[in-house]
Amino acid sequence: MTEKKSIDDRFKRFGTVSFTAVTRVNDFIDHLQAGTVSGTRCRGCGRLFFPPRAHCCDCLSGDMDWFPVKGIGRLVSFSRLQYAPSGFEADVPYCLGLVDFTDCKVFGRIAAEVPDTEITVGMPMRAVARRLESHRISYVFVPARE
Amino acid sequence: MSNVAIIGVGQSEFVRSYPGSIRELAFESFQEAVCDARIGPKDIDASVVCSAPEYDRQRSPAGVFAEYLGLNPQPTVYVETLCASGSTGLRLAYALIESGLHRVVAVIGFQKMSEISSAESQERMGRGADIQWESPFGTMMPAYYAMYARAHMATYGSTPEDLAAIRVKASTYGRLNEKAVYRKPVTLDMFSDPENRMAAPVATPLRVGDCCANADGSSCIIVAGKERAAAVSENPVWIRGLGAASASVNLSGRELFTGLSVARSAAAQAYTMAGIGPADIDVAEVHDCFTIAELMAYEDLGFAPPGQGRHLIREKATYRDGRIPVNLDGGLLSKGHPIGATGGSQIRTIVLQLRGEAGDTQVKDPRFGLVHNIGGAGLYGNVTILESDR
Repeated sequence: MTEKKSIDDRFKRFGTVSFTAVTRVNDFIDHLQAGTVSGTRCRGCGRLFFPPRAHCCDCLSGDMDWFPVKGIGRLVSFSRLQYAPSGFEADVPYCLGLVDFTDCKVFGRIAAEVPDTEITVGMPMRAVARRLESHRISYVFVPARE
Repeated sequence: MSNVAIIGVGQSEFVRSYPGSIRELAFESFQEAVCDARIGPKDIDASVVCSAPEYDRQRSPAGVFAEYLGLNPQPTVYVETLCASGSTGLRLAYALIESGLHRVVAVIGFQKMSEISSAESQERMGRGADIQWESPFGTMMPAYYAMYARAHMATYGSTPEDLAAIRVKASTYGRLNEKAVYRKPVTLDMFSDPENRMAAPVATPLRVGDCCANADGSSCIIVAGKERAAAVSENPVWIRGLGAASASVNLSGRELFTGLSVARSAAAQAYTMAGIGPADIDVAEVHDCFTIAELMAYEDLGFAPPGQGRHLIREKATYRDGRIPVNLDGGLLSKGHPIGATGGSQIRTIVLQLRGEAGDTQVKDPRFGLVHNIGGAGLYGNVTILESDR
């Protein structure tokens, strides 16, 4: 008897609703589980990527390494949503943002506990891993002290 | 100098819910365009069908339309660049004719969005962004454009009132457009009344009044080479400039958040090809899926320097009698936005302007017209420059 080949679908746990189950960068989920938001670095040319990629579009190498998105970034822009697409209704209202960490920019949610009145373009923020309900996992932006 | 002309244009009414199937919807604009061009289906060598594919049960609509519109056995093909599909279809038709492969091509854009709910529609549109890395956070198109609006306001001091003024302009002309879905007047007071639906936040800083509505509709543009155009058309409109660009689907991969890089790049290409500049444009249609999109278009197309677009709307320079009239058909904000039909509808409006057939919204003796059509939140951008034959 041959064993049924198991599918590595770790990525289906990402975010509120994941539209992707299988990806070559599934280790991203394990890094999140361990508390780190990670991107990939091309071993061929050194280029950094966030979101992480399995392949480098500069030197076309498929040899990638992981790096942690560390330190303090700046909030480039944000928006608070009063409506949500199907599957996200329970989260409303929520705030999407883009944070520039110089080496890379990261798109995601601003932590729900951050009051609206404290969110401004240019504010310092960190990206931190966060567990969601039902064994799901994501990351959020939280205000940082400089 | 290009040898490709638009010889016929057509558009269905844009409505909330079309009471028919997609092939019937396509027929409405096709019939109008063919009559406008004074040709028959057998004069058309090939067709290009444009839409975003996820709204319909029918797979591969191009083949279905070709049969229904009397375009068998001529070849047909389907093109898709989200909301920019229609002008991408025009670009493909131009290439098919310039290459000598075909002499007359019909570009048919359509969308029947009413078969799914608004929330489902938002979810599908949100999936026009990065489904692996952004959609899991609950993205939708208004939120992406809202982030551009927030960055524009923070960088340049444009205001929610500037955006509301763009919606007021849209309604000024939308009221005159019999094919528009939203024809009621919109005033600035509505935006300052918290009880008014227009003022309700969708994705801050964008409010309901800043967003265009879904609609069902179709458009058709008939394109011909110089010889055929001269033989059948008394009023051809010439394609003088074409520009097209793409950008990172994920906002993480972008550098510019106060404008759309695809629009800037496509505009530069189109101006170079036409041998003219922004000051030569007499009338324009821009992709105002959201009010902020029109404000950024003023700047991306060079009608105003970066950050100065707000002065155009404050000074009413983009009204019919202003320096650079924009969206005199009411824009997407008034017409509604049936994704695949939108680019063709914009092109039709400029063709009617350049032929002097725009009725109450006619600009005086325009020579050059421009169409700016964007797909996704700045994922695809097409800029097309047309010239009057008059």
